[in-house]
Amino acid sequence: MGVSTLKDVTAIAGIGQTPFAKQLPESEKALACRAILAALDDAGIKPAEVDAFASYTMENTDEVEVAKAIGAGDVTFFAKTGYGGGGSCGTIAHLSAAIATGQATVGVAWRSRKRGSGPRPWTNTAVQLPTPAQWTRPYGLLRPADEIGMLTRRYMHEYGATRDHLFNVALACRNRANQNPAAMMYERPMTRESYMSSRWISEPLCLFDNCLETDGALACVVVSAERARDLRQKPVYVHSAAQGLPAQHHGMVNYWNDDPLSGPSWTAARHLWKSADFGPDDVDVAQIYDAFTPLIPLSLEGYGFCGRGEGAAFTEGGALETGGRLPINTSGGGLSEAYVHGFNLINEGVRQLRGTSTAQVPNAATCLVTAGEGVPTSALLLRS
Amino acid sequence: MTSPQNELLQPVPDDDGAPFWEYAARGELRMQACAAEGCGELRFPPRPCCPHCQSFDSEWRLMSGRGRIWSYVTAHPPLLPAYAALAPYDVVLVELAEAPQIRLVGNLVGNGNGNGNGSAPKPRIGAAVTADFREHPDGLPLPHWRLERP
Repeated sequence: MGVSTLKDVTAIAGIGQTPFAKQLPESEKALACRAILAALDDAGIKPAEVDAFASYTMENTDEVEVAKAIGAGDVTFFAKTGYGGGGSCGTIAHLSAAIATGQATVGVAWRSRKRGSGPRPWTNTAVQLPTPAQWTRPYGLLRPADEIGMLTRRYMHEYGATRDHLFNVALACRNRANQNPAAMMYERPMTRESYMSSRWISEPLCLFDNCLETDGALACVVVSAERARDLRQKPVYVHSAAQGLPAQHHGMVNYWNDDPLSGPSWTAARHLWKSADFGPDDVDVAQIYDAFTPLIPLSLEGYGFCGRGEGAAFTEGGALETGGRLPINTSGGGLSEAYVHGFNLINEGVRQLRGTSTAQVPNAATCLVTAGEGVPTSALLLRS
Repeated sequence: MTSPQNELLQPVPDDDGAPFWEYAARGELRMQACAAEGCGELRFPPRPCCPHCQSFDSEWRLMSGRGRIWSYVTAHPPLLPAYAALAPYDVVLVELAEAPQIRLVGNLVGNGNGNGNGSAPKPRIGAAVTADFREHPDGLPLPHWRLERP
């Protein structure tokens, strides 16, 4: 009686998205429907076959609205993962588990968001989350950039990381966006000078260490691997999936344990690799959650691409660029394609393994996709 | 006065955190500690039971008020209006001498009388600090931190 596994049992069979822009005229609900219908069309699956939905928090359109708008059938599985951008990959993990255990057959995961034209969440003072905001916000630690900036300065102090390392991350994402016509920064190259002279947001983080503010939506369709092989697109298999909430973790204000710089990626990674047939050295391309540039070195360490404290140095010598040791965020990521709480990283992972990326890594067969580091997180290993 | 949108945010305590703020208002830095025999572990943020021994008995232990700066940021706009008026400003993270795994977010104040006596000193990682319970000139909540050697 072995424990059943998710390994390669399901596949992503369709992807869809809307345009990305600072402001789109349609509602989040309409954008969600467009992305989902595009993903179903990509897969060649009728909306009436959809019987599972997965989303993650800070999504304003619920399953009832989506299901009745697109014409879904009877839905027998629906799940919502917590922690905003930490939940992106969790949606695929939950759909895979549901399909692998026979609870559903066609799952849709989506994210729709109007953060380009809508309000910044941290400006909402009516929602005073007492835990943990009572300990942080009154003193002026107001925004995610402040919370991550605190960890970043300590990381730089402990390991000799510099702004040039953060620039390496921003530049790799921007260079890939410059190849991707769908990216918000498609026609906006970045130089070291433009990075270094940009305005501060929360020192040590400058404007270009922060992700974009985007209106847009994306979706994926998950089915059994067997079904996927009969569909029109090349299957992209969900090889391994994990969530991560470390012991004594506190979210982005992870200031109250022995080691604030070991974030949820370390926990997710242990499970991800344990159930995989390959390891970090075998990853051809990675889509790493990049709400802020320092999350990349922290994630590179957490997911085992280098040792503790070596994440900044890892970015040197073009390692994150096309042809480098680990090309990342090949559509431009949250920093330069679109910030839709990380869902664009999933779709780009699928394109890489189909061979259809605008910054294609030759013969890419394995891809790591991660969700938000610094909050309870999730991750996927995809393979062709 | 101004609308709430234009004021500094005051702490909104939850049930577990309320005693911290009550003691701070009296000029005491106290941390929740397990009151079970043989445990006594400090924990922060406050919570209903002890993650080491699962006891629901707790007490509020007086701290020395000494610590070191573990990290800091300097915040620039965009910020809430009342904070934008103070920007750029530093926010420090102070690890407590008795429990380095507990790091309190706060602001540095000058060593004068604490009544708008000039700008706060610049933080340094590793610098020794002491809790300061005098009213902050800008109206930020207690406690604040003072450099032991400015």
